[in-house]
Formats: sequence, structure tokens, C-alpha cells
Amino acid sequence: MELKRRKKDYMGNISLGLIRATFIFLVVILFLLLGKIFVEGIGVISPEFLLDSPKNNMTEGGIGPAIFGTIAVTFLMILFAVPLGVCSAIYLNEYATDSFFTRIIRTSINNLAGVPSIVFGLFGLGFFILFIGKGLDDVLQTGLLFGQPALLWASATLAVLVLPIVIVSTLEALNSVPKSHREASYGLGATKWQTIRSVVLPQARPGILTGTILAISRGAGETAPILFLGAAFFLPNLPIADFCIGDYCIPMINPTEQFMYLAYHIFIMATQSANPTKTMPLQYGATLVLIVLTFLLNITAIIFRYRFRKILGKL
Amino acid sequence: MKETKIVVKDLNLYYGEKQALKNITLDIPAKRVTAFIGPSGCGKSTFIRVLNRMNDLIDHVKIDGEVFIDGVNIYDRSLDIVNLRKNVGMVFQKSNLFPKSVFENIVYGPKINGIRDKKTLDEIVERTLNQAAIWDEVKDRLNDNALSLSGGQQQRLCIARALAVEPEIILMDEPASALDPISTAKIEELIHDLKKEYTIVIVTHNMQQAARVSDQTAFFYLGELIEFDRTTTIFTKPSKKQTEDYITGRFG
Amino acid sequence: MEEKEFYSKSTSSKYGKKIGRLTRVKESAIKFFFAVNGTMALIFIILIFVFLFKEGLRALDHIGLIDFLFLDRAAGDGTVERVFQWYPTSEEPRYSLIPLIIGTLLTAIPATIISTLLGVGAGIYLSEVANPKIKEFLKPMIELFAGIPTVVLGFIMLVVGASFFNDLLHPANRLNAFVAAIGLSFVIIPIIASLTEDALHSIPNELRMASYGLGATKWQTISKVILPAAFSGVSASIILGFGRAIGETMIVLMCAGNAANITANIFLSVRTMTATIAAEMGEVSQGSDHYYSLFFIGIVLFTITFFLNLIAEIIINKMRKKNTF
Repeated sequence: MELKRRKKDYMGNISLGLIRATFIFLVVILFLLLGKIFVEGIGVISPEFLLDSPKNNMTEGGIGPAIFGTIAVTFLMILFAVPLGVCSAIYLNEYATDSFFTRIIRTSINNLAGVPSIVFGLFGLGFFILFIGKGLDDVLQTGLLFGQPALLWASATLAVLVLPIVIVSTLEALNSVPKSHREASYGLGATKWQTIRSVVLPQARPGILTGTILAISRGAGETAPILFLGAAFFLPNLPIADFCIGDYCIPMINPTEQFMYLAYHIFIMATQSANPTKTMPLQYGATLVLIVLTFLLNITAIIFRYRFRKILGKL
Repeated sequence: MKETKIVVKDLNLYYGEKQALKNITLDIPAKRVTAFIGPSGCGKSTFIRVLNRMNDLIDHVKIDGEVFIDGVNIYDRSLDIVNLRKNVGMVFQKSNLFPKSVFENIVYGPKINGIRDKKTLDEIVERTLNQAAIWDEVKDRLNDNALSLSGGQQQRLCIARALAVEPEIILMDEPASALDPISTAKIEELIHDLKKEYTIVIVTHNMQQAARVSDQTAFFYLGELIEFDRTTTIFTKPSKKQTEDYITGRFG
Repeated sequence: MEEKEFYSKSTSSKYGKKIGRLTRVKESAIKFFFAVNGTMALIFIILIFVFLFKEGLRALDHIGLIDFLFLDRAAGDGTVERVFQWYPTSEEPRYSLIPLIIGTLLTAIPATIISTLLGVGAGIYLSEVANPKIKEFLKPMIELFAGIPTVVLGFIMLVVGASFFNDLLHPANRLNAFVAAIGLSFVIIPIIASLTEDALHSIPNELRMASYGLGATKWQTISKVILPAAFSGVSASIILGFGRAIGETMIVLMCAGNAANITANIFLSVRTMTATIAAEMGEVSQGSDHYYSLFFIGIVLFTITFFLNLIAEIIINKMRKKNTF
């Protein structure tokens, strides 16, 4: 038997080398861009920048109200999206059988995830503001209170946008609870709801939390949906109102007001700034804040998920 | 005087199109140990799950026939299955303790039945852990994570957990197959003690275990009940050739 | 004798408890509650559908379907010319969607091509080449990459990318389809890379072993065995990436130049469907033809992405069925 000397696989090595190179190339580009944002923006970051209002046509001052608006909107968004998403996932994983109807629901979730963000904006306008909002106004006789762009509708629209994220994360969390635990519970004579409540949900909590964090990150980064749902470039006041019972008043978020939003702010500054040279450092600063915020949220979610997957893997 | 606890008549079970159990008829006596033996895939695990209606949890399962416990047809449509499972306990092949403390695992059953009183719960925990012959080993570790116990201890804890809801019948699906010989011996001793008060049905692929532990043995093959008799008879003078071939190891 | 005793126990037996009405109602109510929640995703898709169409079809009250393609107008010299323009605010409003669709395609197609090359490459790297420890670190990095807000990408391309390519390539317009396509690639590459990696990873190891056992090299195994086997998964990822490119708004709004040209030159400014809606919705009066026409564009967008998603999902489902080992 003749054993030929091993031919060098030139084609193969070049191809694999190219593939490695593309990957490194992408990573390098990513770091360059992020680095640029960091370098240009870090100079502007200060407590004043983070808390103050914009001044002088955004050539000075800060992004405080935009940060506040982002927090307020995502907070309401989570209030809408998480209970709805978790309950949806519970139905799909614990109650539903594998039927045509269930497959349609799963398809809908995937489709919802693929709807363009600007279409969500149109949806928010056509459904929430013009239909629900106007309906509320008609029923409650409040004139033009609900039927216009407002924090409430922006949050609701974003909630629909992030719903698939919450559902998918929760499904993964529910699925990761071993079947044998459910069997043990049923074997002891527990009902389905008792099993879900006492055995499945507690173990699924980390996964649900991960989904919530990812949803917040996504909501905070979206601009297109809220363009005409109440985001504003400059508002003199924060969207807060006092909620008074008699003489006792607490300041609360006023969901019927317009709001400033960090992602929107960056957009307007970048495209409609009156004095680009003066505002440029602030633009970088605001962008840096948004990126850091997004990254922190995503990293937290990833670490969280990694740890709870590890714990389950060990069982 | 043998008292019958469970009567099975003409039971057929289908997974979709495939028939997994064919015309099973047998009587299971009370306060005795009945073993189900047979090669892999013969239907013994499927059949034991018929007795507490755990098969209901699987999609596409169809059951024909009747199963009576104490004269009650448990496949009656209006029967409260949740209540049934409180009275027919189950121990699984691999321990499926909840990731909670030892204490919390035991009291899970009583708690869902509405028992809240701390003193009662403590009593239940002590009683069942004693019954499962594990009290001395865990009495100082009641608040530790149940999964920190050894495999054999976990399985005995599963038995204690099943006992806490006070069933009359205990079904065991290969309870010792994942355990070392010493732990297995402890479980078998436990079964011997428990049969004074409980009706026990055990599935095992280990023939010697069946011979050691049971009073009656049923031999299953390809979904059919081939022979059912006193254990001593099955293992010394089986009346069917298939049984003899299995016992003597000609196939398995 | 014994049999009679056995069956007579049934009257007093605790095994015979019937399901309590209260429990049955309670568990049914709980199941119903969850079921309602479960269908919400479906309900929302239907609602989006309904309300888009509700507003968008009103456009057809005054604007003919043909008008959304072209307008025949009288030119000054007595002839009739066919115009393909999107110019709703002119005296003679023009609603042709053609320039917008071309704009969308001119940004989405180059973006998808670039992203496919780079993304599939990255996916192959992650699945077949990188060693497992590095991979564990890199997969989350891709997720981080995917989580960058599109407005940030738009900002960077606008401020840095546009000038960079301007100096390098001297395009006719500084903000053009090419710059936008590069920006879009940042969004789509992670999608394609991640899904490709999933598809490749799910090919069972036995196939690789068989290939190596016959004396194939790593690259031969990847190109002749694994990639073909994962073909449907990779295709689905490309389709989804393309759908995403079509639906993207902020990057094209900030970087593509916003001039509704009909051209095949990617170095000219273009206007996409998404950017049109985003830019003009804030300025239309509610109830005007222009307003309804923007919703109409929304219908077109939604329909396109809906079908792309559906196709991708069918492909993925087929692949899952085949791969049940």
C-alpha cells in the first residue's frame, strides 16, 4: 500500500483563514466604533449632564429629562408587557396541547417579533391613540386628553413590541424546569395551578427576570415607534403630576403627558441640530449614555442567564 | 385471608396508533408487595402509571378497560383525579425532589391539602422520615437543600414525601435502579417494613430484587400479562414457558 | 365472597371522591385566564392588521391604486408624461411608491449581501472553527452587538461613516444608499451570524465523524457536508435578515439622504418606505390624503415583512421536522 505524502490543503486553509479574518475584522470594527463614541463622549459626562435640562437649544445643559422620560416609559412598558407575556408563556407551556391553534399562536409570536418598528408606530397611532384614546375621551367626556400622543400610549405600544421577548424568555425558563418535578407534584395530588404556582414558577423566576431586563434594553433603544406617539425634543416640565387625596399629594408620573426620550433626543440632535459643532460633544455624550445603559442591561441579563443555566446543568 | 385492593379488568392502552398494553386483567392484594417484572419495553412502567392515572398527562394516550380501587372505578369520568393521586402515592426511578429544603419537600403535599399548623407539619415530617428510616440521618439538616443528600438518601426522602400525604397504596417505578447496592438494600428493607401498613406495587428490572422483596409477581412481555402468581411459584415453578425463559435468562 | 366485599367498599371508599364543582370551576377559570393571555400575541397581530388597513385603505378614497404606481400628467408641451414620483405636497400630488420601494431595495439588498457574506462566515467560525471556550465568550458578544440601538448606529454612520466613505469613494451624495447599507449591515450581521451558528450547531456530530472518517479535511467537511445539511437554516436566517433590513427605520432615515430618487446607483441619496413614514407622519394633518397614504405605505411594508417571516418560519419548521434524530 502506497501512502502518499499528505498534500497541503491550500484551498481549505485559505478558506478557513478568511473566515477567521472576517470574524476578527468584525470585532475590530465594532471596537473601533464603540471606542470612538467613548472617546468623544466621555468628556461631556458629568452629574450635571446626566441631571440637567437642555439649555440654549441643546448647546449646553444636559439630558436629565430625556433619561427620566426613558425610565418612566420603560417602567410603564414593563408593567404592561411582563404580566401579559408571562401569562402567555404559562399558557403555551403548561396548558396548551400541540394543536393547529397553538401553532398559529407560536407563529403570531414570531411574526410580532418581525414587524418593522415604524409599523408599530402606526399601530400605536391608529389603535391606541385614535381608537382607544379617543374612545376613552368620548366615554369619560374628557375632551382631548387621551386621544393624543402621550406617555401611556408610547408605553403600551412599546409593550406590544417587546412582548415576544418576554414570552420567549419565559418559555425558555418554564421549559427548563424538569418534567420530573411536575410529575412529582402531580403524583402527590396537586392540581395543575398548584403545581405551576409552587413548583414551576419559583424555579422559572431567573429566566423571567432575564426576559424583563432584555425587554427594558430593547424598549429603551427604540426610536421609530415613539416618533409620533408623544416623544418631544424639548419640554419645559417633566411629565409628573401630583396625585392628591385631599391635602395629601404624591408626585406621580402623568401618563397623559408628552415626554422626552433619550433615543429620540439623540436622533433629533443628530439630524436637526441648529449648531452641529457646538452640540457634537453633547451628541456623543448622549449616545455614550444610551450605549452604556443598553450594554449594562444586556450584560446583566446574559450573566444572569448564564448562571441560572449553569445551576440547572448541574442538577 | 387475602384482601383485594386493586382490580384491573381488560385494560388496553394505546399511544396514538400503537397498542402498548393488551387486555391486562389482574387483582392486586392489599398490604402485600406486588412486583411487575419483564424485559425493557414490556409495558410494566406504563401499566403501573395506569393505577394512578399519570398517563393522563401524556398527549395522545387512549385507555380502554376498568380499574377498580376498593370497588371504585378510577377511570370514571367524574372522578376527582387530584384526590386519587393523594391516595395512591408514587416513587419514581430517579429522585425528583424539589429544589427546596428537606422540610419543605415533605410538607409540600400536606400544605396543598390545606394543613398549615406548624406543630402538625413538624409531626408529619418526623413521622414520615422515621417511616422512611432516614430520620436519624437528616433530623439536624431539615433546612438544608434536599439535593445535597446522597442518592440513596434522596430516594428515601422521596418515599417519605409520598408517605406524607397518607396514601394507602404506594407505587414504585424502579425505585432502586439508580442506587448502589447498600442503598438498594436499605430501600428493600424499607419496603419490607412498609408493607405492614401499605399496599405496595413495585416495577423492577432486577429479578432478584423482585424475588427478595415481593409476595406476588406479575411477568409482562410485549404489553401482555403472561403470568401472575405468588413470587415463590413464579421463580421456582412457572407455568408458562415464556416466564421460565425470562427467569432463566434465555432472553431479557 | 371476597369479590362482593371488594365492590361493596366503593360506597364508603375515599377513592370515589368526585371532582368538586368549586375546584372544577376554579381550575377552569384559571385555565381560561391563561388561555386569554396566550392568545394575545395572535390578537395583536390581527389588530395591527385591522388598524393598518382601516386607516390605509381610506387612502384609496381619493387616490387610485394606479396612482400609487405612477401618475400621468400633462406636460407643458401638450404631451402626457408618466411620472414616477413621491411628492405628496406638490400642487399636483404624486403618490408613486416606486421610488420608495426602489429606495428600500437599494439599501436592503446590498446590506443583505454584505451581511450574508460576513454573517455566514462569522456563523461558520463560531460553530466549526472557534474552540468551545472562546465560543462561550463570543456568543454573548454577538448578542451585545445585536442589542445596540439602531439610533446609535445611525448616529455613528452619519457622523463618522459618511465622512469616511466620502473621502474614500467620493460619491455623488454624501448621504446615500451605500452608507445606509453599511449601517444596516451592523444590525443584520448579528442576526444572520447567530441563526447560522444555531443551524450549523444542530447538525449532529455523526455526520462530521463520518466525513473525517473518510479522510476529508475540515474545510471539505464544512463546505461539502455541514453547510449543505444546514442549508435551510442558513437560508431562513438570510430571509429574516432581509426582512429586518426592509423594516429598519432609523439608520436609513439618518443616513440614506432622504431624496426620493429612482436610481440603481447606490451612491445617490434615496428614500425608503420606512423613512418616508417616519419623516412625514409628524407633519401631515390627520385625515388628509397624505396622512392616509402613509398608512398605505405601512400596509405594503407590513405585508412584505409578514410574508418574509412566514416563509422563514415554514423553512425552519421543515428543517426541525427533518432533524428529529
